[in-house]
Amino acid sequence: MNRDIVFATAGFVAVVAALASVPVFAGPYGVTLMIGLLGYVTLASAWSLFSGPTRYVSLATVAFFGLGAYTVAVFGESLSYPLLLVVAGLIGLGLAVVVGLATLRLAGVYFVIFTFGLAELVRQLVTWYEVNMTGTLGRYIFLPVTPEGIYWQLLALAALTFVIAWAIGRSRIGLALKVIGDDEVVASHCGIDIARVKLALFAVSSVIITLVGAIQAPRWTYVEPSIAFNPTISFLTLIMALLGGANRLYGPMLGAVPLFLLFEWLSANFPNHYSIILGLLFIAIVFVLPRGVLAFVEEHWTRLRGNDTRAGKGAAE
Amino acid sequence: MLVTALLSGLVLGGTYALVAMGLTLQYGIARIMNLAYGEVVIAAAFLAYTLFTAWGISPVAGLLIAAPAGFALGYVIYGVMMRPLVARAWDKASLEIDSILATFGLLFVIQGVLLVVFGANFTSYSYLNVAVNVLGTTLAANRLLAFVLAAVFAGGLYLLLTRTLWGTALRAVSVAPGSAPLVGIDVDRAARMAFALGGALAAAGGVVISMYQTFTATSGVVFTMKALIVVIMGGVGNILGALSAGLILGVVETFVATYLDPGLTLAATYAIFLVVLLWRPSGLFGRIAR
Repeated sequence: MNRDIVFATAGFVAVVAALASVPVFAGPYGVTLMIGLLGYVTLASAWSLFSGPTRYVSLATVAFFGLGAYTVAVFGESLSYPLLLVVAGLIGLGLAVVVGLATLRLAGVYFVIFTFGLAELVRQLVTWYEVNMTGTLGRYIFLPVTPEGIYWQLLALAALTFVIAWAIGRSRIGLALKVIGDDEVVASHCGIDIARVKLALFAVSSVIITLVGAIQAPRWTYVEPSIAFNPTISFLTLIMALLGGANRLYGPMLGAVPLFLLFEWLSANFPNHYSIILGLLFIAIVFVLPRGVLAFVEEHWTRLRGNDTRAGKGAAE
Repeated sequence: MLVTALLSGLVLGGTYALVAMGLTLQYGIARIMNLAYGEVVIAAAFLAYTLFTAWGISPVAGLLIAAPAGFALGYVIYGVMMRPLVARAWDKASLEIDSILATFGLLFVIQGVLLVVFGANFTSYSYLNVAVNVLGTTLAANRLLAFVLAAVFAGGLYLLLTRTLWGTALRAVSVAPGSAPLVGIDVDRAARMAFALGGALAAAGGVVISMYQTFTATSGVVFTMKALIVVIMGGVGNILGALSAGLILGVVETFVATYLDPGLTLAATYAIFLVVLLWRPSGLFGRIAR
């Protein structure tokens, strides 16, 4: 058991180190591609952190993502960079706590509905604030951050998310989450404080999503509410996590990598029909792979093996 | 000023109520949480726009085309997409999640089609844009007509559900889907009818909205959101609840826009939603169904 952990840790460190050396040999396009890819891997993993075990589908990813990006745009010139990330994280935490306290004690469907409109609400409030208080809508971001710097920060955040997901899966709170996901009534009878566990997870997941937005913001140079709060980001995150399987440690990552590359190709070749194809693909995933690729493969693998052993027995008799 | 705000609020609320009644049927009886609902509303608005500008068909006559088309669309969507989900769901929560995810995909498909066909521009047309004097304040005739149409639809639907055998069967399914088959009600058919009827109401709402508002291919989300808030405020499956909640929402929005700031209407909508959720999650008027 201990040896397994050592091997797993060594493998993990090796993978992260290998990924960290990518900018050394990849060109500018490669780094740009990897930034987008890592961004979505982190978003999908952070999304699954909360929505996977609790089955509370959050459609508000972009509300937090955009909030992070906007924080960087607003305070970019007045705060130092590390402090900027801290402030962005705190703002994300504040919003997550307010939303969580208001909706997480209720049935899941209210949470979905609320998060569905949250991005639009935040977008309109930011627009209102910018128009009435500052008099401008768009903002420029000039920060001395190189693409490589963004890449390494995102890699660190992705690794951190992965470690958090792994640690939660092995902790008491992870066990509590599994019970909540299976049956809330049982969970409350076991003495689990359901609302508190959900709130804690939602807060962690939201802060990570906010940080992804904050770290990626300097890539855009120009930010306005309709760019920062683009609902497609929520949609992509959701579809990636679902394809891979939100309940598995590797699931979101497995979903994010192929889908991100597919979307890059689609947006380059079919810019006008992009959202139609996306929607159809999403519906297909909901129908064919409701619990993700990993669960699907495992199920069929065991069924195949089951058939094999039965066939073997038949032959032996 | 006050009377003007109140009257235009009621007129706006009439439209919200009309749009929300379809969603309350779909969610209360068919038990499908349809996130693509607003997209159907916008699609009907574009249909009315095309009929009016290309062939000169008035939106009132356009209703006769749009509502049956919405009914057919709802019927087909339920049959093709929702029925397999209903069949595989093992409890209410899993059907809710599946239907939310599937209709979330549908939202992007319909929106994408609208963007390809009509582009992303703000669209509107001028129909009956004349001033009418009501109780000493002036209102646009098209808004007044929208309110009358909403009232006619709401009244018709209420009578249909409470006075006919068919409507009684639909309400029975909404109250107790497990027991309805015991008295010879085909639950699957009732759910499909309710979903299709919801589609017809969405289309009617879209035509009414197009008469006096500008809309874009991407504004469906806001209508879904407001309809959802009205449905929850009124109590899921409760037609009269949706009607009153819609009127309240319209009046509050107009007051916020008149006395505070037009940019804060959505925030006000959300504030109401939060208060209702925290104070009475089963709706202001209780729930008939669920």
